[in-house]
Amino acid sequence: MATTRLAFVVRSLPYKTEASRLAMTHAIASQTVEIYLEDGDMVEPVVCFIGDGVLNCLKNQAAGKHYDVTSLEMHIKNSLLLDLKVMICKEDLDRLGIKEDALIMHAEDLGGETRAQIVPYSEIKKELDSVNHIQIF
Amino acid sequence: MGKLTMGVFPGLVGSLSLDFSVKLAEAAVKKGHKVDFWVSSNATMLSKKGQRAFKDYSTLYKTLEELFKTGNFKACACEACAEARGYHKEDTMEGWIRKSMDWYLASCFDADRVLLIGGE
Repeated sequence: MATTRLAFVVRSLPYKTEASRLAMTHAIASQTVEIYLEDGDMVEPVVCFIGDGVLNCLKNQAAGKHYDVTSLEMHIKNSLLLDLKVMICKEDLDRLGIKEDALIMHAEDLGGETRAQIVPYSEIKKELDSVNHIQIF
Repeated sequence: MGKLTMGVFPGLVGSLSLDFSVKLAEAAVKKGHKVDFWVSSNATMLSKKGQRAFKDYSTLYKTLEELFKTGNFKACACEACAEARGYHKEDTMEGWIRKSMDWYLASCFDADRVLLIGGE
């Protein structure tokens, strides 16, 4: 039995490229990875939003209305619903003047209990030091 | 020898990032390593059969054909990404597999190194 921890670091803006969406969909795919693994083995993702990537976490996205695609908001909520660890860089929020109440912090409306965490970059760095592999989107 | 898992996202023509990825995979296989090569997003274009070689454009399918013959190289295209772009199963080059993203994560599970080559 083993666990491989993967960090998905999101630096890209939402909707400008496909990158942040791919980070979220790949992280969420951890929920079905067991079909390829031995019993007890697992992949545990952690999603970290840093730099301009914190803009993916803004509430009230209207991607469905404007682009007819699933919003990054829904992907983040699904991640929280699946109890993925979601970390948002505090310094980058401060730099952009974004307050916590403007962010997707939970998926309570979907029945989720896990909350996103706003943390200093030093905490994210600690997390990145602890994972097996880091992937930057 | 080790196992390298690569996640690759850039398109076939337009940048040389996909060329770099294939070259790196080729170098790793030549050194005796095993490579799992996952393409997602625009990089799924690489799995499309019927590519033609022109001197002004990258020609990667020949290298892939040689890599498949080694038995140390597996390439998998994101099925949803491919379908969204109109690349269907019957359009896929021999040797490729098509799966969802959990295939990539499972490959990461026991990889010695994971390298993500991001897209545009």
